[in-house]
Amino acid sequence: MDGVHDMGGMHGFGKVEPEQNEPVFHAEWESRCLALNRAMGAIGAWNIDVGRSGIEELPPEVYLTRSYYGKWALRLEKLVVKLGFAGADEIAAGRALRPGKTIERKFDVPAMSRTLARGSFGRKETSPARFQVGDRVRAKNIHPATHTRLPRYARGRVGVIEALRGCHVFPDSAAIGAGENPQWLYTVLFEGRELWGENADPTLRVSIEAFDPYLETAVP
Amino acid sequence: MAHDHDEEHHGHGSELSEMQLRVRALETVLAEKGYIDPAALDAMIEAYETRIGPHIGARVVAKAWADPAFKRALLDDATGAVHGLGLINRVGDHLIAVENSATLHNMIVCTLCSCYPWEVLGLPPVWYKSAPYRSRAVNDPRGVLADFGLSLPADTQIRVWDSTAETRFIVVPMRPAGSEGWSEEKLAPLVTRDCMIGTGLPKDPRGIA
Repeated sequence: MDGVHDMGGMHGFGKVEPEQNEPVFHAEWESRCLALNRAMGAIGAWNIDVGRSGIEELPPEVYLTRSYYGKWALRLEKLVVKLGFAGADEIAAGRALRPGKTIERKFDVPAMSRTLARGSFGRKETSPARFQVGDRVRAKNIHPATHTRLPRYARGRVGVIEALRGCHVFPDSAAIGAGENPQWLYTVLFEGRELWGENADPTLRVSIEAFDPYLETAVP
Repeated sequence: MAHDHDEEHHGHGSELSEMQLRVRALETVLAEKGYIDPAALDAMIEAYETRIGPHIGARVVAKAWADPAFKRALLDDATGAVHGLGLINRVGDHLIAVENSATLHNMIVCTLCSCYPWEVLGLPPVWYKSAPYRSRAVNDPRGVLADFGLSLPADTQIRVWDSTAETRFIVVPMRPAGSEGWSEEKLAPLVTRDCMIGTGLPKDPRGIA
């Protein structure tokens, strides 16, 4: 979706403000919120793309004004209710009013140890790669209303295939319950001027990680 | 856990009581429903507060500086090379190491959310997840570097990696002059988190030795 989360190249957000000696969490609730979100992912309540989509679908004014873990908390509430893991009435009451949904595996300490390692998103190759290193490609001018990982700033722009990364779970499908639908993933390199025009920094090049359905052959 | 005292200083103050209550309510409900064991949450938080952080990436970079064969292996297949070090239980798939040179400076960003190599750098800092960094890294990287007090030569090529899929990136910065002959153990403290994201340079060995 063309939401405010897709920030690459936007103006007006000001300076980057690094914090010296930043703590891992700024409040206890942030740490609980992170762990709860990871826990629900670990029990298979939703996949990473449904989770990201849940953040992106927050209203723009909420997205831009809530803190990072504040958004995670809102997403958690929303998905827990939407997917039937708890009722809004139970969250409001702060206690369970009914038995839980049947799940495959509880998030306990052994499950936690497994969760610390990232999952694998690589999948068996089902077809030969359509593009090879050095091919000129154009990122398609697409505007799906649902989750996508093709940033707006790259759409319609021509770049070069720099690397093949194998077949991966396709977020656009996984986010809408349409299965993993694995697709070839490429690193596509763009010149700064192709993305930002003639006044762009001439020393700048930017790459994106682009799935096959995002790309088409660039006509010279 | 121990950071409540910092709250008012980080702009989260207005959210504090509301968020504490909401998250506590969620945790209680999800625990009572039988989905989660709060002890597992404690263990995960403890891991991110004490065990998983940029010191892991620093060990990786230090080894790459000291051991050319390891550096080649790291640049060829970072997942495999880092796994081989045995610093962490299991490295997530699709880790990619990218190397700086005298003419090329790499920077990592996730413009769409907050993708970051957790296994080797821990949880990302607030600025990495912030709108200013995510918006400007791809079109004004030199301006972003200036916010970090960093100025690169005008002819240095800047390469920005936007983490738009499940591939994750770590920058292997240039080994600083003055660290010749240093062991991995001595090199590791030179490697900052920011230099592995590309928004900083390693520490100056003259300030350490």
